[in-house]
Amino acid sequence: MSAAGFAPVVQQYLLQARQMQALSLAVHIPLVCFGIAFPALVLVAEWRHLRTGDPVYRTIARRWSKTMLTLFAVGVVTGTILSFELGMLWPGFMASFSDVFGLGFALEGFSFFLEAIFIGIYVYGWDRLSPRRHFLAGIPVAIAGVSGSLFVIAVNGWMNHPRGFRLSGGQAVDVHPWSALFGNSYFWHELVHMYFAGFIVTGFLVAGYYAWGYARGRWGRYERAALTIALSAAALAAPAQVVIGDWAARTIAKEQPVKLAALEGLSETTRGAPLHVLGWFDGKDVKYGIGVPKLLSILAFHDPNASVRGLDTVPPADRPPVNVVRFAFQTMVGIGTALALLGLLFVYVRVRRRRLPQSRWFYRAVVAAGPLAVVALIAGWVTTEVGRQPWIAYGVMRTEQAVTGAGGIPIGYGALAGIYLVLAAAVFWALRRLARVPLETEDAR
Amino acid sequence: MLADVPVAMIIVGLAAYLVLAGADFGAGFWTLAAGRGPQADEIRAFCRHAMGPVWEANHVWLIFVFVVAWTAYPVAFASIASSLAVPLFIAAVGIVLRGSAYALRGVVTAGRTLDRVFALSSMLTPFALGTVVGGIASGRVPVGNAGGDAITSWLNPTSILVGALTVAMCAYLAAVYLAADAARLDEADLVAAFRKRALASGLVGGAVALAGLLVVRTDAPHLWDGLTRGAGRAALAVSALGGVGTIALVVRRRFEPARASGALAVVAIIAGWAIAQRPFLLPGLTTAQAAADHTTLVALLVAAAFGALVLTPSLALLFGLVLRGRLDEAPPSPAPPAQPPAHPPSLPGRGVAALAVACLLSTVGFLVLAEPGWAHAVGIASLFGCVAATFVLVMAERPGPPRP
Repeated sequence: MSAAGFAPVVQQYLLQARQMQALSLAVHIPLVCFGIAFPALVLVAEWRHLRTGDPVYRTIARRWSKTMLTLFAVGVVTGTILSFELGMLWPGFMASFSDVFGLGFALEGFSFFLEAIFIGIYVYGWDRLSPRRHFLAGIPVAIAGVSGSLFVIAVNGWMNHPRGFRLSGGQAVDVHPWSALFGNSYFWHELVHMYFAGFIVTGFLVAGYYAWGYARGRWGRYERAALTIALSAAALAAPAQVVIGDWAARTIAKEQPVKLAALEGLSETTRGAPLHVLGWFDGKDVKYGIGVPKLLSILAFHDPNASVRGLDTVPPADRPPVNVVRFAFQTMVGIGTALALLGLLFVYVRVRRRRLPQSRWFYRAVVAAGPLAVVALIAGWVTTEVGRQPWIAYGVMRTEQAVTGAGGIPIGYGALAGIYLVLAAAVFWALRRLARVPLETEDAR
Repeated sequence: MLADVPVAMIIVGLAAYLVLAGADFGAGFWTLAAGRGPQADEIRAFCRHAMGPVWEANHVWLIFVFVVAWTAYPVAFASIASSLAVPLFIAAVGIVLRGSAYALRGVVTAGRTLDRVFALSSMLTPFALGTVVGGIASGRVPVGNAGGDAITSWLNPTSILVGALTVAMCAYLAAVYLAADAARLDEADLVAAFRKRALASGLVGGAVALAGLLVVRTDAPHLWDGLTRGAGRAALAVSALGGVGTIALVVRRRFEPARASGALAVVAIIAGWAIAQRPFLLPGLTTAQAAADHTTLVALLVAAAFGALVLTPSLALLFGLVLRGRLDEAPPSPAPPAQPPAHPPSLPGRGVAALAVACLLSTVGFLVLAEPGWAHAVGIASLFGCVAATFVLVMAERPGPPRP
């Protein structure tokens, strides 16, 4: 069946539709980080308990697993919203291409299923399964958290680099879904980047909670051990992310030169292109920024005189909004660098001195690191997704061709924003309740 | 032929969603209709308890239906989702509210507001999803981007009827299951309470279904034709037999077989709808016309087969544990005695540090400096190695008693 019935429609609220989608993603993505990293951290704690017999690690694993279940349940519903929105907001995109990338979501559905099954067994199975079987029940949760994000990111990689089909009358034909999703050169750096982001966000947020308690005198053995696990993960993931980010940027230079030009505010194709830190893109140049000659060419192509393509290589209608993308990119890089330095400091103290840092400022920095990591995470997704505009499928379909013809988008947007506010308040309250269960009660149960 | 297989998968997914998650929605309904007094609290607590470990897994069936629909029938899915955006959004809102109330209730002892939000959203979502089915079944969703009427495509006699029927079926299934659970736990009061509710909701559900046939006859004649002929008629007969049989079994307190026959009655209705509509997905659009490329359908089947291979034993394990009561609240067991360390903590040797450094150098070489794709793969593997080795170093504690 051709997509002829899906001639593009005029939608006066296209921007609101995009914002509604962006809001839903911004709410869901931090929860994905917990899906990726939290099961692994819980299992590290339980593993240490099994190896050393130390009950404090069992308490940590138990308490964290309840938080994990709560966040998973919230992630289930926010993820459901996303799957509804795909069809409700972007039917043109789905009608033309969901046979190409839909497989990714099908596989994600299965891994989500696996996660849901074993998270139930794991969290309700404390005391009821033998310690070994209980630990084993947690492993599928950790695997499925990673594979689920793998499949979704495969779809995002495809949107940024659509392959595996031919276009005929606005419809994808001659479809090769496996190679479109997994043989895609744009997929791997996104996946690894997100995987490490999961540990950075989860690790710093969890550690931040205990660092907050440090300032208030809650600093027993339980708190120290819990902070060490979470912070060790984040402190290692943050410097590693710098290396991965560099790899990602080089891939973008090759695959999406216009996005790179927007990241750096490079209006004309330049040999030996400079890199600007901070500043504002005025439509032609970066004003008030700190320029480093030839650095962009070196970073992108390992050659000081390499030619970097500018925004002028495509017509103005095909360019993303430069300042949004550039500001988001600089935010991500700036916060990421700071977190990497904080992480290296922690690693140094642990490895050289075999103890935790003792400066109060260190713990204040860890408290700030959690929310900052979330900001960097969102900024990173804004970079890649707004940088993809005006395309929903890069170079193949424009976002305005994909949007629904239905009315009422502002009403839906407003309603969703209100619901998410209530949800955020409710989650915050629930986590606080969980955290306030006294340790002794927990141990006895 | 292949083009029809995803329809079968969607029907299986919908049936599983209705039979499993539907019962969870129904349990939410019964928290609202628990009445007052101490027994009401007991009923509410029991409804909540029943959902514990299985709620998330049950919910996934809806996602399964969505992904199969959009992968296999892109244009039909996009037409449905855009025309029926309003009820879908309402269902989504219901799912969010319900899910968050659920997430909170594990943590918080019952608050009245939370209970009401939970119960009302438990009715809202099945009703809205029922109106979606009604809109599709009565042929009110044309092919195209939001081609159907924003309101009447889901607020029409068939939709309202199917919505009400869905709520009734959820309540009925929940009451039967909860009666069976209560019987397993020898809770005589609760058995009596849910037995009464199962009988009442079964009768109401049957009455709504019969009334529905009359509505369908005038509102959606093509559907009526399909339901009263051949295989469609057989499916309705099975449903009627299942419904009557379940009531008989509940009367005689044979709850375990009633679970199965109750589910059968409900599943047969969905099958009947699919049969009645065959071969059309939407007016003028058959499954063969709507189906995606052959390669996509094959890929979907391969993925589903692989998924079934992994998920069937996992689901069997979960439901095995739940139905045998292995995941029930156990009486507080004493904390296990602190065992002597199986492996007394010791500092990692120099080998781990050497490995970390070697992996770091390899990362720089293969990921940062080298260009080819295979080198990047080696570089990423090295990076993981470096992080893992350093993690061991960072986590290591000095042997001996814990420092203050």
